[in-house]
Amino acid sequence: MAFLQQFALLLALLIVFSTSCKAAALEVDSVEVGHNYSSKSTATEDTSTSTNNSTDGQAPSSITTLPIVIWKWHHVETPYLVALWILTCWLCKLVCELNHNVTSVIPESGLLIILGFILGGIVWGADKAQTFKLIPVNFFYYLLPQIVLDASYCMPNKLFFSNLGAILIHAVIGTCWNAGTVGVALWACYEGGAMGTLNIGPLQFLLFGALMSAVDPVAVIGVFEEVHVNEVLYILVFGESLLNDGVTVVLYNVFDAFVSLGGPKINAAEMIKGIVSFFVVSFGGSFLGVVFAVLISMLTRITKNVQVIEAGFIIVLGYLSYLTAEMLSLSAILSITFCGVCCQKYINANMDEKSVITLRYTLKMMANGSETMIFVFLGVSAIDKTIWVWNTGFILLTLFFVVAFRFMGVFFLNWVLNKSRLIPIDIMDQFVMGYGGLRGAVAYGLAAILDEKKIPEKNLMLGTTLIVVYFTVILQGISMKPLVQWLKVKKATQSDLTLNGKMNNRAFEHILTAMEDICGRMGDNWWTRHWKHFDEKYVCWLLMKSDAREHNDPIFGAFHKLNLEDASKYITEGERKGSLAFIRNYDSASVDFKKKLALEYADIMPNIMADISEYDFGIDNVPVNSVMKNTIPSVSLDIHEQDRNRSMPNDLSAHHILDQHLYKSRRDVRTNPDEMQEIFQRTMRSRLESFKSAKMGVNPAKKLSKHPKKDSTHKPNGKPADPHRTHPFGDEDFEFSADSASSSEIAGHFPRRSTNAPGAGVDNPAFIPEMDTSPPIAQGRLPWTPTNLRRLAPLRMSTHSTDSFAMADASVDDEVPEEKPGTHHTKL
Amino acid sequence: MGSTSSTLLKIPNVEVLMQETGFSPAHMIRLHDRFKALDKEGRGHLCPQDFGAIKELAMNPIGDRIIGAFFCPGKETVDFHTFVKILAHFRPVDKNRPKEPNSPEPINSRSNKLRFAFQLYDQDKDGKISRDELLKVLQAMLGMQVTEEQLESIADRTIQEADLDRDDAISFEEFRKVSPEILHSRCFIKV
Repeated sequence: MAFLQQFALLLALLIVFSTSCKAAALEVDSVEVGHNYSSKSTATEDTSTSTNNSTDGQAPSSITTLPIVIWKWHHVETPYLVALWILTCWLCKLVCELNHNVTSVIPESGLLIILGFILGGIVWGADKAQTFKLIPVNFFYYLLPQIVLDASYCMPNKLFFSNLGAILIHAVIGTCWNAGTVGVALWACYEGGAMGTLNIGPLQFLLFGALMSAVDPVAVIGVFEEVHVNEVLYILVFGESLLNDGVTVVLYNVFDAFVSLGGPKINAAEMIKGIVSFFVVSFGGSFLGVVFAVLISMLTRITKNVQVIEAGFIIVLGYLSYLTAEMLSLSAILSITFCGVCCQKYINANMDEKSVITLRYTLKMMANGSETMIFVFLGVSAIDKTIWVWNTGFILLTLFFVVAFRFMGVFFLNWVLNKSRLIPIDIMDQFVMGYGGLRGAVAYGLAAILDEKKIPEKNLMLGTTLIVVYFTVILQGISMKPLVQWLKVKKATQSDLTLNGKMNNRAFEHILTAMEDICGRMGDNWWTRHWKHFDEKYVCWLLMKSDAREHNDPIFGAFHKLNLEDASKYITEGERKGSLAFIRNYDSASVDFKKKLALEYADIMPNIMADISEYDFGIDNVPVNSVMKNTIPSVSLDIHEQDRNRSMPNDLSAHHILDQHLYKSRRDVRTNPDEMQEIFQRTMRSRLESFKSAKMGVNPAKKLSKHPKKDSTHKPNGKPADPHRTHPFGDEDFEFSADSASSSEIAGHFPRRSTNAPGAGVDNPAFIPEMDTSPPIAQGRLPWTPTNLRRLAPLRMSTHSTDSFAMADASVDDEVPEEKPGTHHTKL
Repeated sequence: MGSTSSTLLKIPNVEVLMQETGFSPAHMIRLHDRFKALDKEGRGHLCPQDFGAIKELAMNPIGDRIIGAFFCPGKETVDFHTFVKILAHFRPVDKNRPKEPNSPEPINSRSNKLRFAFQLYDQDKDGKISRDELLKVLQAMLGMQVTEEQLESIADRTIQEADLDRDDAISFEEFRKVSPEILHSRCFIKV
């Protein structure tokens, strides 16, 4: 039903603007207008033969009476059509995503192209001419930059740089190989007569080979996002598709210039200039990108007061880097790639978290939107009789050579690389690499800007390019997933972020560096270490805000992130259950508290669970959590994030952590502690009274204990003053009542281990494991008896310790937990 | 490089070593040369000061622990045999090694690497990483940038992630379970 609705809407839209084109034509006797306002047009073009708009400056004829409403189509035509087309493309995407069964077979990009065909057919039917097609200018200036910026901003830098050698070799040598061989082979076949007669020379074949050689980043993203191959493979293909732009641009320009110069003028000098231009273009572009990255990073140091538009700076400056490189005829894609890659670390550290999230999502939206439009227009542009020149031999041979030479190049280069790589690239991975050499819109764009006068067979080339693009995107895209499965290619490992993992990684870094030192060899780690050192000392000093520098450590970052995730999962669970009450009996306390003190304190609420079976680890999406992670596919190198978020059962460990209270990092302490404390106490006290009566028979009163937040003015964890408090559970509770001496005695942590007394000074007393009385609780199971309550205790923000419950329940302290919670755990 | 075979013969027990560790003859020679270079006084074994002489190692946050790992408990010297065996932990994995059913796990298996790391954390060698030990390691690796309390909470959380039997310490089994696949590039060095 929904599908029909969407489609009907689509159709309606199409009809509307087709007729609006006609209306525009009827309105005014036309004067030819060449182009729309280039500043605003993204994908529309009025061909000079078809309808025209009424233009600027035609003064309306004199009116006889005051019109109430005027039909002002010509005023809004261009922006209107632009917006309408954008809407149409995005609706197409909506249509594609309606049914997951379809998208898992045909990649979305393929579906979009097919929908583009349909749309193009409709437009053709209405106008008898293709009024809307993908204009190279629009593509290169308005649609492509944001995709590359997004891809580079989200690029996993470590992976990228550690494989940079392999990527560069594939990008440079592989692309040159592709270009050269395809061009030469086609020319050879032409000379052999396989293509009939064409008005074409060897240089033009080489030019064609050059524009066909580029592996396209948009297509790679579009196809690989559905297929979660392992990271190394992905980064190799994707990195290659980004970095080969340098080569493509050079080759294209060089051969284009050669075609203009004509055959005889090409001598050694020209060739050398060609090679030199390669170095200038690539390195110049990259350097320009780095310069802009530095600019951006330094700018984010001082944008603290304009956090609202902080994210916008990066987008604008990124775009400027692209245009500047284009202006200087350097490689624009390389420029914006390196801009994004180099600045990510620093701007993420400098900007406020909200700005980072804003930036990420804005970039994703723009990139995904552009990608959709590109694919739809690739489809639409095909439905145009004027461009098609069919030459079977040319087309088939091109297809064959493109694929064959790609495989040959990939296998050969990888064989060479494997000799010096620590971890050789698997042969199956190599096959997928070869198969993943997809051509896309970049090739089409380059073909479309060929000059017809110089290259008479432009239309043939254009048509062939389109066919190759369709072949790779649709056919190879469809077959990629089954191929990967059939070849048993290693898939992406879904490793959850754990502190242990991070710590181990760090430890191993150090260990390996040390081992290399001991062996006296300069390995990868040598470079990494020296770069890190340099980075920490100089670069961060320049580019990062001073307080950002302090919290720069990845392990701490992971810790913070994990806690944030827990907090959001916690909230979502609470919302699912109607309140932050995981134990229905303790409902009201949680709710009240939460309402009163706002979300900040949500994590302070105890979540004691009375009944584990209540816990439904269903497969709900965790929407709030998804804000923290990238759930949006495509153009994201965290391609498997989306899947990961779909399975709640994986969050058992988080729940395990959830039931302990959540640590909020120090810098979040903002509010007035005393006031909060009062409210909290009052609430707790009243709640406790109501519970006690209800709960008396079932459970001993819960120990809602609060933990003093680790604060500089925090009281020490002295041994609990009251003797009766040193019972197995609820130790933390009592520390507040313990002397609130001055904070400086944090060092006086009593040995937590031995007495099971919580280190109150320590941030997360909840993490103190239960001692003897509590049985081991496997991850994911929540404690439900009061014995485990102490780990459910919330963190408090204030320095005062008052545990109303503790005080109220002092008498009830000494019961023994009735049963081991272990027996109550249902299988989760 | 000189004649390989003659240099090779100078190394005692070289056959056994190569068998155990899987190093190739070229590697063995390189390592032997390095050993001799480190062993400035030509005693035939290394002591902690020899390791300390390596400048970069001094800058390593856990450098002293790593040095300590070379020395068996109680012994003050490292001979070539031990030297090579420890370095063998980080040799790249041979994919084509035949899997004999009863042969001991190769030294550079993932499990042994993890054990090596575990031993670095576990200074008192009681088979468990206690909270204090973890704290010390974290302090060494992170100390400059993170405050004391944050370190402690990180340590707490780390234990809590791993600690399945609730004894507030991480045993090797728990450590292994919770350590995800170590990034490939992090496991190997080129010898």
